[in-house]
Amino acid sequence: MDPVTLTKLAANVGAGLCIGFGAVGAAIGEGYTAAEANLAVSRNPKISGDLFKNMLVGQAVAESASIFALVIAILLLFVDSPGSGEIKAAALFGAGLSMGFGAIGSGLGSGFPGGKACVGISRQPAVSSRLTTNMLIGSAVSQTPAIFSMVVALMLIFMDFSTQPLQPTWAALIGAGLSTGMAAIGSGIGGGLAAGASCDSIARQPRTAGQVTTTMLVGQAVAQTPSIFGLLVSFILMFKSFPAATSVSASMALLSAGICMGFGGIGPGIGNGMTAEGAVRWVARNIEHAGDLMRTMLVGQAVAQSTAIYAMVISLVLIFVV
Amino acid sequence: MAIEGVDLVKAAAFLGAGLSMGLGAIGPGVGEGMVAAKACEAIGKNSKEAGLLTRTMLVGQAVSESTGIYSLVVALLLLFVV
Repeated sequence: MDPVTLTKLAANVGAGLCIGFGAVGAAIGEGYTAAEANLAVSRNPKISGDLFKNMLVGQAVAESASIFALVIAILLLFVDSPGSGEIKAAALFGAGLSMGFGAIGSGLGSGFPGGKACVGISRQPAVSSRLTTNMLIGSAVSQTPAIFSMVVALMLIFMDFSTQPLQPTWAALIGAGLSTGMAAIGSGIGGGLAAGASCDSIARQPRTAGQVTTTMLVGQAVAQTPSIFGLLVSFILMFKSFPAATSVSASMALLSAGICMGFGGIGPGIGNGMTAEGAVRWVARNIEHAGDLMRTMLVGQAVAQSTAIYAMVISLVLIFVV
Repeated sequence: MAIEGVDLVKAAAFLGAGLSMGLGAIGPGVGEGMVAAKACEAIGKNSKEAGLLTRTMLVGQAVSESTGIYSLVVALLLLFVV
């Protein structure tokens, strides 16, 4: 197959996967927000205007993940980035995978705070501005994994890898896309769980709002780490120059490094988010022991993080040792 | 480029190592997170027993960690022994 056709083929397949996967998370997340908003309106129909407004703002933030995916898909389809050939094809395909998978978690996760904020406003209209602010902070943090994926996708599209040897660079570039993209799924969902619980808690115990938001942010920050590990592995795969290889195994090691960190980030991201959700909920109910709860949350998250660290170690061994 | 049998086996071992550790990390991550969430709930309900609850949480997490460690061991075996 001639290089131009091959590059075009990879760009088209990448664009399809990018917006195909990228649409999954945001659609579910926004559906959740709308479902909770219905519940909220039935509970307190008098403020349905406020609830409607809050629902739309929450959904708009959740939508941004899939808008990133749409932007990358359009770039893949219509922008002629320099170069063509097998390496370029691998880079464009990797970019599509990165953004496609990367939008799932953030879109899904950002739906939780939107929905819980609507229910919270129906329960406590007096703190509605505080709830909307908290919702926006929480869902903005949940979007960061999607932003990491977009950064990796843009780098894969626009950087020039043509001076690198085909073996094993093609595998490194697809691995780079998978690593950040899949690791972002867990962090996005996890961050959303913590943000949802905090909106719920502020509505139930408005006087604890400050402490609840702080606990949410600390919990979310820890839940983001698996996607940061994924970003780190992607950067190593993109920027390290690999010697030309004559064997399949050298390529497969780099592809496997990306797959390992990508899958490995999903579980710890969700688990850390669940822990933060539990801690946030009980900080609101038992504010006197907020310190104990924060400490337990951090210890629990650190242990849940360990498997992501194992995955990163195996990825680094695959890149640097074997 | 000719693909030889030994090279193919090594390539499969590397791919297997990545899949082993990657997929194996999902379960313990979620499971340990659930344990920690319930530990926070329990400390919120009965904060006098925070020490006991933290200990129970850590032991429970250590047990659910074991499958993650199996994955790590199998990945290292695939990388360096097989």
